[in-house]
Amino acid sequence: MNSFFRYFSDIFHGVKSLLIGMSVTGRYFFSPGQIVTQQYPENRKNLQMFERFKGEVIMLHDINNQHRCNGCGICENNCPNGSIEIISARITGEDGKSKRIIDKHIYHLGMCTFCGLCVKNCPSNALGFGNEFEHAVFDRSKLNKVLNQPGSSIIKGVE
Amino acid sequence: MTFNIYDFTSFNRWIDEGLNSIMSPTWALITEMAIIGIVFLLFYAVVGLFLVYAERKVCAFMQNRVGPNRVGPYGIFQTIADFIKLLMKELVYIKDSDKLLFNIAPFIVIIASFMALSAVPFAKGLHAIDFDIGILYVIAVSSLGVVGILLAGWSSNNKYSLIGAMRSGAQIVSYELSVGLSLLTIIVLAGTMQFSEIVEMQRNGWFIFKGHIPAIIAFIVFLIASTAETNRGPFDLAEAESELTAGFHTEYSGIKFAFFFLAEYMNMFLVASIAATVFWGGWMPFHVSGWAGFNTIMDYIPPLVWYFGKTAFIIWLMMLFKWTFPRLRIDQLLTLEWKYLLPINLVNILFMAFLVLMHWHF
Repeated sequence: MNSFFRYFSDIFHGVKSLLIGMSVTGRYFFSPGQIVTQQYPENRKNLQMFERFKGEVIMLHDINNQHRCNGCGICENNCPNGSIEIISARITGEDGKSKRIIDKHIYHLGMCTFCGLCVKNCPSNALGFGNEFEHAVFDRSKLNKVLNQPGSSIIKGVE
Repeated sequence: MTFNIYDFTSFNRWIDEGLNSIMSPTWALITEMAIIGIVFLLFYAVVGLFLVYAERKVCAFMQNRVGPNRVGPYGIFQTIADFIKLLMKELVYIKDSDKLLFNIAPFIVIIASFMALSAVPFAKGLHAIDFDIGILYVIAVSSLGVVGILLAGWSSNNKYSLIGAMRSGAQIVSYELSVGLSLLTIIVLAGTMQFSEIVEMQRNGWFIFKGHIPAIIAFIVFLIASTAETNRGPFDLAEAESELTAGFHTEYSGIKFAFFFLAEYMNMFLVASIAATVFWGGWMPFHVSGWAGFNTIMDYIPPLVWYFGKTAFIIWLMMLFKWTFPRLRIDQLLTLEWKYLLPINLVNILFMAFLVLMHWHF
C-alpha cells in the first residue's frame, strides 16, 4: 500500500516541479523587457558600459592633470606577457635630493590579456580599467600607448 | 466560381469541373494530383522554414536573448539564408558507408512526414485525402520515419550515429504505444476514425471539454508521447548533441542534413495539428451549446485562423518543453513510458469507455 501511494505522489511531485519550471521559462517568454542583449551598432550613442568592465588599462588622472604613478615598475614586473614598459627619469626635488619620476608608462594594448594583475598590484593605485572597447585600428603601432598624459605630474605625498 | 473562406468544397468542385471540361477524366485526375503535390511541397517548405525561425525566436525569448535579427526585419529571412547556404554545401562522401541506404534515408524520413500531412484537415473541404481510417493512417505512416532514422544511423559507418539510431528505435517503439492509446481514448468517445467526422462532431463543443477528465489526461499523455515520438525536447536522445555530436545525422551534410532538419520540424507541426484536430476541434470554432449569439460571432472567424492558431499554441507548448526540461537518460525515458504513461493510459481508456457507456460526457 505504501508503494502504491508513493507511485501517485511521485507523479504529482513530478508534474508540480515540471510546471514550476515551465512557469519560469513562460514568464521570461512573456516579458521581453528583461532581454539583456545589447544591440550594439544601433545603440552605440547611448550604450552604457559597466563600472567593472575591463576595456583597457588607463592611468587615472585628476582634474589638475596629476596622477599617482611614481615609476616603481611593479606593474612591469607583474605583467605576464610584457605589455607594460616603464621608462623612469630622475629629477632633483625641492629638498635637493634626487628623485625617481615616471617619464613614459608605455602600454602595448595589442599584447594585453586584461588579466588585471597590474591594476591589482599597483601599490599607489595609479592604474585602473577604462570602459573604452572599440580598439580596432589600421596600424599595429597605434596600439602602443603612453598612459601618463603629456605634462602630467605626480600628486604630492604619494611618492 | 464561389470562393468562400469558410467552406472550400465549392471551390474544389469548381476546380474539378473546370479541369474535367477541358480534358479527359484521367488527365484531370493526374493534373489535380500534381497541383495538390505542388501545393503541399510549397506548404511544407514555407511552414518548415517558418518553424525553424519560430523555434530560434521562442528559444531566444525564453533565455532573455533577442534571437536572429539581422537578415530582414526581425530576422525573418534568416532561415532562408541558412537554407541557401545549406544548398551550396558539399555533400560529403563517407568512406565505407552503405551508399544506397545512406542516400535513401533522408528521403524516407521526409516522405513519411509528407504522407502523414496529407490526411490533416485544414478547413472544411480543405484536405487532400479523407480516409475513413484517417487516424490509423496517420499513426501508421508517421511511424515510418523511424525506418529512415535507423537506416541513417546504420549506414553512416559511425558509432555515434549507430548509438543515436538505436536509441531512437527503442524510444519510438515504446512511445508509439502511448500515442496510439491516447488517440484511441478519443476514438472511443468519437466513435469514428475519420478526421472530417471527428471535426464535425466537435461542432457543439471540443472533445477536450466534452470528454472532460479522461480527455484532458489523454491530451497530456499525447503531448508527452508525441514530443518523444518526434525526437524533440527533453526526449532528443537520438541527437543528443552533448553526448553523440548529432546522433543519427552526424555524417550528413548540405541538403541531406536540411532534409532531416525540415522533417523534424514538420513532424512537430504534424503532431501539433493532430492534437489540435482530435482534442481541440481542428478548424471548428469555439462553440458552447446553447449560446447561439456567441456561436455565430465565433463562426465569423475563418476556420484557417482557428486551425493555425490552435496548432501554433501546441507548437509553442512543445517548444516550451524543449527549452525548459533537461534531457532524460535512456532508462528514465523507458521508465516514464512503461511504468507511468502506459498504465495511466490503459486505465484512462477504461474510464473513457465507462463514461461513454453511462453518457456522462457532454
